[in-house]
Amino acid sequence: MRRVWLALCFALLTACAQTPPAEVRGTCDLGLIVERASGRVVVVDTTAKRALGAVEGLGDLSHASVVFGRDGRYAYVFGRDGGLTKVDLLTQRIVKRVIQAGNSIGGAISQDGRLVVAQNYEPGGIKVFDAETLELLSEVPAGAKVVGLADLPGQKFAYALFEKGEIWLTDLTDPRHPHTQKFPAGQQPYDGLVTPDGRYYLAGLFGEDGVALLDTWRPELGVRKILENYGKGEEKLPVFKMPHLRGWAVAGEHVYLPAIGRHEVLVVDRRDWREVARIPVKSQPVFVMARPDGRQVWVNFAHPDNGWVQVIDTLSGKVVETLQPGKAILHMEFTPRGGEVWLSARDDHRVIVLDTQRYARLAELPAKSPSGIFFTSRAARTGF
Amino acid sequence: MRVCTKLAMLFILSLPAWSGVGAAELTAPELIRLVRQDCGACHGMTLKGGLGKPLTREALAGQSPEALAVIILHGKQGTAMPPWKSLLSEAQAHWIAERLLAGFPEEPQP
Repeated sequence: MRRVWLALCFALLTACAQTPPAEVRGTCDLGLIVERASGRVVVVDTTAKRALGAVEGLGDLSHASVVFGRDGRYAYVFGRDGGLTKVDLLTQRIVKRVIQAGNSIGGAISQDGRLVVAQNYEPGGIKVFDAETLELLSEVPAGAKVVGLADLPGQKFAYALFEKGEIWLTDLTDPRHPHTQKFPAGQQPYDGLVTPDGRYYLAGLFGEDGVALLDTWRPELGVRKILENYGKGEEKLPVFKMPHLRGWAVAGEHVYLPAIGRHEVLVVDRRDWREVARIPVKSQPVFVMARPDGRQVWVNFAHPDNGWVQVIDTLSGKVVETLQPGKAILHMEFTPRGGEVWLSARDDHRVIVLDTQRYARLAELPAKSPSGIFFTSRAARTGF
Repeated sequence: MRVCTKLAMLFILSLPAWSGVGAAELTAPELIRLVRQDCGACHGMTLKGGLGKPLTREALAGQSPEALAVIILHGKQGTAMPPWKSLLSEAQAHWIAERLLAGFPEEPQP
């Protein structure tokens, strides 16, 4: 009898341990919101427009960024304190966490999803990790702060060095033996982006007016400058926050870039890289993000004007809407097909969901000092 | 004692802004939030550095509050440090400089 009891208890325990998740679901409409001050990320469902749960213990998440594995299930969170955390969105648990540097700023994932690369300020350089185990595979010391790390097709990565003024192209075909090409780029690159096709790498320059452009299909041609002298010797306005660049700059034939020290968005034709327009905006732009269909470009601004958001209509090239959605709008993320935009209002401690057609407020989610919002649709995009 | 310090802080901060046209009358918690969150954009929320230098007590050891206040108000040529004089008064810059040298206060949890 006693034996039967024991067997029953054992069976019950194993059954509990193996209980499948309550719900079988896909991940294409999931995302993460970073709560910068509490070391926490919130898992959200963009269809239901609600939080599914939160994952704690991720360290200093000021300026944290996130990339997704190709299955859209695992998120890699890069913290400012050098922490790299692999989070399972479905179970809302930490799978693995390593402290990989003293001061980090972000990362990228390889085309095949097998390599996660961290870009570091201290010590400056990149580090390559196995995406499955987070085992360190190799590193490329740079002797400078690495900005604008972007994945390219063919297991390659492009990035820029703030103090050295260079763009580096690292081939990780053999991840334990990186091969790096170096190009002079210009003074103080602050961030970089790769066009959605994975071909052109652009590094925005802080120390001079202009953007460095590298055709990664023909790297032997070297870097050329575009938008040179866009400030025309005028004194720069103070830049209270560095702008952020990504492939979202591209909308149709045009690339929309934040001007440094000017209250303008610069528009470049991506066929010949010539400046075609300047769009005056409310303040110093930080994120200049095209809606996925390219019909609109949304712009947020540096302190003290970070309560404002403007919408540019790309057909007319004009600002068509000026919004004040909340206090300290730090980040914006579009749902995969662009019908909605999620905005983090840091000082209101909430995330706001807007309809991008009519600008109606569809939902609000509470979050402590929210900053970055990252949806799993990034998993399928080069340069995200 | 703590109450006295807090009162003194509030008194200092409510001094008229003698420089910086438009420098708002920020309260101490607002200034702490500004430093942690907005200066933190470059210097890190923990002030251990980022694109900007670390601003911890150890990192700033040996600097004078006056010199730091000048950097806060006028920026630093050749770096990404902007002048904050349009947003902060001299009194506020001094207050921040002194707090940085003493180890900057944490933000109260919301």
